[in-house]
Amino acid sequence: MLSRSLRSRILVTATAVAALGLAACSSGGGTTPGSSGTAGGGGGGGDTITVGFSQVGAESGWRAANTKSIQESLTKENGFDLKFSDAQQKQENQIQAIRSYIAQGVDYIAFSPVVETGWDAVLEEAKQANIPVILTDRAVDVADETLYQTFIGSDFVEEGRRIGQWVSENLGTEPINVVELQGTTGSAPAIDRKAGFEEATKDNPNVKVVASQTGDFTRDGGKKVMEGFLQSNPDIDVVYAHNDDMGLGAIEAIEAAGKKPGEDIKIVTIDGVKDGMTALAEGKINYIVECNPLLGPDLADIIKTLDSGGTVERRIVTEDGAFDQEQAKEALPDRQY
Amino acid sequence: MSSPDPTPPPAGAPAPAPAPVAAGERRFSLGALVRHRLFWPLVALVVLLVASVVKSPQFLQVTVLDGHLFGGPVDILRRSAVLLLVALGMTLVIATRGIDLSVGAVMAIAGAVALTQIAASPSPDSVTTVTTAILSALVVCLVIGVFNGFMVSVVGIQPIVATLVIMTAGRGIAMLITGGQITTVNSGPYKTLASGFWLGLPVAALIAAFFFAVTAFVTRRTALGVLIESVGINPTASRLAGVRARTIIWIVYVLCALFAGIAGILQSSNIMAADSNNAGLFIELDAILAVVIGGTSLAGGKFSLTGTLVGVLVITTLTLSITILGIPVSAVSLFKALVVIAVCLLQSPVVRHKMRARRRAQAAVPVEVAA
Repeated sequence: MLSRSLRSRILVTATAVAALGLAACSSGGGTTPGSSGTAGGGGGGGDTITVGFSQVGAESGWRAANTKSIQESLTKENGFDLKFSDAQQKQENQIQAIRSYIAQGVDYIAFSPVVETGWDAVLEEAKQANIPVILTDRAVDVADETLYQTFIGSDFVEEGRRIGQWVSENLGTEPINVVELQGTTGSAPAIDRKAGFEEATKDNPNVKVVASQTGDFTRDGGKKVMEGFLQSNPDIDVVYAHNDDMGLGAIEAIEAAGKKPGEDIKIVTIDGVKDGMTALAEGKINYIVECNPLLGPDLADIIKTLDSGGTVERRIVTEDGAFDQEQAKEALPDRQY
Repeated sequence: MSSPDPTPPPAGAPAPAPAPVAAGERRFSLGALVRHRLFWPLVALVVLLVASVVKSPQFLQVTVLDGHLFGGPVDILRRSAVLLLVALGMTLVIATRGIDLSVGAVMAIAGAVALTQIAASPSPDSVTTVTTAILSALVVCLVIGVFNGFMVSVVGIQPIVATLVIMTAGRGIAMLITGGQITTVNSGPYKTLASGFWLGLPVAALIAAFFFAVTAFVTRRTALGVLIESVGINPTASRLAGVRARTIIWIVYVLCALFAGIAGILQSSNIMAADSNNAGLFIELDAILAVVIGGTSLAGGKFSLTGTLVGVLVITTLTLSITILGIPVSAVSLFKALVVIAVCLLQSPVVRHKMRARRRAQAAVPVEVAA
């Protein structure tokens, strides 16, 4: 009941912002000018595959790299006609974009859902229009699983597990106190990265998480919480930050407290954005598990497979790398993001 | 500094006596103290500090580290700087019966403008580069303030709507400036603003204290404060009385944007990055809360800068104590809300009246009542 009324409210909102959303689409997209006319009527017949992609927004360096990868993979040369829109972190914009893709009769719809719930209605419309939907980076919570073909993205639990393993093996040889900077409360990456770390370190009695607090995935949040940790816990050995930005904030706090990040207090993070990798190469961070944003090539492969009548796995996990300080120095010059 | 206030500053002794009662002198002055507008916010502050000390005994310890002071109180002072600057401007705006929702976005823009220039400069460590960057950021904020003031005072749009424009569009503008990225810089002089120390004290706190003192002086030692209050109480009447209400309103919005700009520079210096999405996010709400806790009415008129300072300290200490007390992540919002609602309830005239009535009733019975 509740979800239905919520949904109808979202629909109303979506309709209300229709004009705005369209404006955002045309300004945010702009990747394939002139092509929409040809694909619009015929549903992308011939060799080119028309794909409508709705991105969350441009909130981080990670997201910018993700967008670039998709735009560079789904090109005309590769046989795609990409319609790209930026939802500016708003679900109603995404719903509006998906509706307009359905109206245009694209062949495939792909999107990174900004939140997990509230997608049933619009995905049902896509299903009725026989347009396959592919989720990238983030999952949705819908009653009917057939509403989307596949979900491609990183395994957040695995990321936390790998950090936990590294800490356990490299630092957990003696008793260590770990503080954890969590991501946004309730978000999937925060929940999963915490769970993965706990799972990987539960058998090592040396690893003890003494404090855990949310830093909201931001630098300022990471710094603020770390300052508090430094006041309340005199013996911190390791900081585990759920993303690079919070780790970078923690570095600032540790330096302000007169300690050396990476030596006096070890730092491990997840993501591998440029600033994080730079800090890793400088020795201020000790280990980073990458969360690969370069989903473009995999997305292109999936669409090609589906288009030739093949089937794909319901869940496709992307390859994530991991870097210590030496590997970061080597990898840094070639990093795309 | 709050001479026109009916109530004395919190630090001072509980001075002037309203209706004298039959009670003894000592007991009476205690009552006046409890009735003071800032009594409960200060109690909240003390309780939070005591709780933090109980949990972490070295919390209030201030040590000298690398030639400067280090410890919990220093962190609170440094952390308060950003919110104090924003709340300072907000107090003046609220006193004119207005509100400025755009402060968070203005912070993001200020950081974006300053850091983009420093990042593009060949010599990020030169003081000239940093000064130019800061000044140009403040000029942009000045323009925004003029725009807000124009919308409110000349066009006559309701403040909440007028400033909503920049609140919504501002982060987009900041993103355009930074190209959608988080701009990171390495610049010694810029870092000093938030992380540096002067005479052993955090530079950020000194900057905020300076602007607080100047604002307090200008509003309480010149007519400006009274003019602002008169505009807030009744703009039409004050205009008929010869007060240039339009100019006064315009000035407070410009000041508010400028203070927010300085806060944005301190905030970006704190993390050495311009994070357009998150810089100053929801700070307008914290600022309004600080002003309200400080006893300034949202209906305009009388304002208290000292009260705002206390409100800011309460909020900053609350945020820090959450980490120190180890409140579980899922309970953080609830904990904050409970503290805030407790302070607001204890301050509310209705609740206070009820409590006083109860105390009087109990005073008839010869039982000692806890304060």
